[in-house]
Amino acid sequence: MPQVFRRILPQVLTLLAVILLVSLVFPGFVQIDFERGRLVGPIIDVLKRGAPVALLAVGMTLVIATRGIDLSVGATMAISGACAAWAISSGYGLIPALAAAIAAGILSGLWNGTLVAVFGIQPIVATLILMTAGRGLAQLITEGRILTFSHDGLAFFGSGTILGLPVPALIWCVAAVLFALLVRRTALGLLIEAIGINRRASTIAGINSRVLLVAVYVASGFCAAWAGIIATADIRGADANNSGLWLELDAILAVVIGGNSLMGGRFSIAASVLGALIIQTIDTGILLAGFPSEFNLVIKATLVIVILVLQSPNLAPHLARALRISRGAPLVGSSAAREAGE
Amino acid sequence: MIKTLLATAAVVTLSTAAQAQTIGFSQIGSESGWRAAETTLTRQQAEERGITLQFSDAQQRQENQIAAIRSFIAQGVDAILLAPVVATGWDSVLEEAKEAEIPVVLLDRQVDSSEDLYLTAVGSDLVHEGEVAGQWLVDTVGEDECRVVELQGTTGSSPAIDRKTGFENAIEGHDNIEIVRSQTGDFTRTGGKEVMESFLQAEGGGENICALYAHNDDMAIGAIQAMKEAGVNPGEDVLVVSIDAVPDIFQAMANGDANATVELTPNMAGPAFDALEAYMADGTEPEKFIQTESKLYTQDDNPEAEYEARKDLGY
Repeated sequence: MPQVFRRILPQVLTLLAVILLVSLVFPGFVQIDFERGRLVGPIIDVLKRGAPVALLAVGMTLVIATRGIDLSVGATMAISGACAAWAISSGYGLIPALAAAIAAGILSGLWNGTLVAVFGIQPIVATLILMTAGRGLAQLITEGRILTFSHDGLAFFGSGTILGLPVPALIWCVAAVLFALLVRRTALGLLIEAIGINRRASTIAGINSRVLLVAVYVASGFCAAWAGIIATADIRGADANNSGLWLELDAILAVVIGGNSLMGGRFSIAASVLGALIIQTIDTGILLAGFPSEFNLVIKATLVIVILVLQSPNLAPHLARALRISRGAPLVGSSAAREAGE
Repeated sequence: MIKTLLATAAVVTLSTAAQAQTIGFSQIGSESGWRAAETTLTRQQAEERGITLQFSDAQQRQENQIAAIRSFIAQGVDAILLAPVVATGWDSVLEEAKEAEIPVVLLDRQVDSSEDLYLTAVGSDLVHEGEVAGQWLVDTVGEDECRVVELQGTTGSSPAIDRKTGFENAIEGHDNIEIVRSQTGDFTRTGGKEVMESFLQAEGGGENICALYAHNDDMAIGAIQAMKEAGVNPGEDVLVVSIDAVPDIFQAMANGDANATVELTPNMAGPAFDALEAYMADGTEPEKFIQTESKLYTQDDNPEAEYEARKDLGY
């Protein structure tokens, strides 16, 4: 267990640093109140607003660990959201609507997985197909308009609360914990890492890499489906044009900030989710700070560059050593930083 | 040269006036509900006037539009409507149309080609839309202090810049009205909701906000949801004014959640057909820019009926 903490320490420290930075420009950032049966405050907003990217990052981590990438998750969100909104507005009820959305996500994953694992198409190309075509599919379902619904059951997944906590935040927490347990309490995680390091060698060693590869894309589609449900429930309507637009890039960024290598191999779901929270804290912080909107992307890009440079394999060990020498004592962060650099 | 062209055009049209006209329409695509409504209304208007409409969907690509215009020219249509996807690169194809003596009318967006290459352009004045919205707020709040939050469109887009400018023009000189926060919501519902949540956090849970100005209705609808979830009463605690007049905002107005919207009419084809008719009848040259009306709708304008009238247009 301490190994896990050492692995995610750089991300935790980064998150704390970003929160501190945002608090400097918006002092009330960490304040949490309890109003009308729910917790309210910027931090709660981060947990809630970060849900889609955090969910996508969970699936994306597994895909990237196999040395793949899934560019289609944003489009899958749009398809799943459209399915859910269509089912609910056609009067099928909540359970069929959720089932339709999740089925759409799993089918998208199967499609990607088959292209990658069976036909051997490079993941970036294979998933690009659905990334471009998927939004069109979603628009077919919504007939090109924003398909609105008024169903409190489905809206609950976007704006409801349980014990004062927003439901979207609970969904990504549960998904992250379940997936982490699934891959770490079984050999699955190890096998996924083996495929990412050398697929042929792991196949020769007896791993059914084809099935596992399809499975990780299905997992990614499943996570994207939940992200799509949340995004649709949040605005009580399926916006096929904009739901999940460019979120695949934020998800990949979250995985990278989480210290996972795009070359596959070792991965940490917890670190990726922390990466998603770091991105969302920056986004929310920018909105609260009240800068002109022209600066939004510049500020975000600058912070991301700083974070990635600090974590870079060539710099992190030196930084850690420099810190240790200047303090004259071993620092907890140093070993973790080296770990991130591996 | 132009005169002879016009004369021949008039002769040609006189001889064909008795027959049903064929007009080609090169539409950008269907990137938004508004665009879909524009297509629907263009078809309706053509049908009402007995015009055969050749419709071509360019799927957001200029090369498709150029190909469509060339095929319209080859078919020898009587006129061409063009909703250009971008402003540049139209010179050669517009010249081809001119040589074929086919008048071209631009819909909704402008091109930066020379003015004599097209008959006229029909569009809305985006700055004026912002001014109408701002004037409504000025008239509504009177002398009261009013702290306004603004949801901008996509940063750097011309509707966002112009609608912001127009609103600022209208409230200029009214020191009681002040824009205290302004952020982009990217013209989307999710964006509007997320940004409004942060506005509410930053402005004492909404107590310090008197009005919301959104550059489009979708962001206003997202913001209305954010306010409801935060226990703020949109339409009363916070005045809501936005632009576009899509069906859903009329529903919000009927529920008392939104106060006013400024229409960006999707009926660009009506004025275009009128101009073409006059031009073909006796060669009347229309103005180079025909501005559509930016009509203001409030809760007093029977929003239920407006919703019913619009919901099937394809928004």
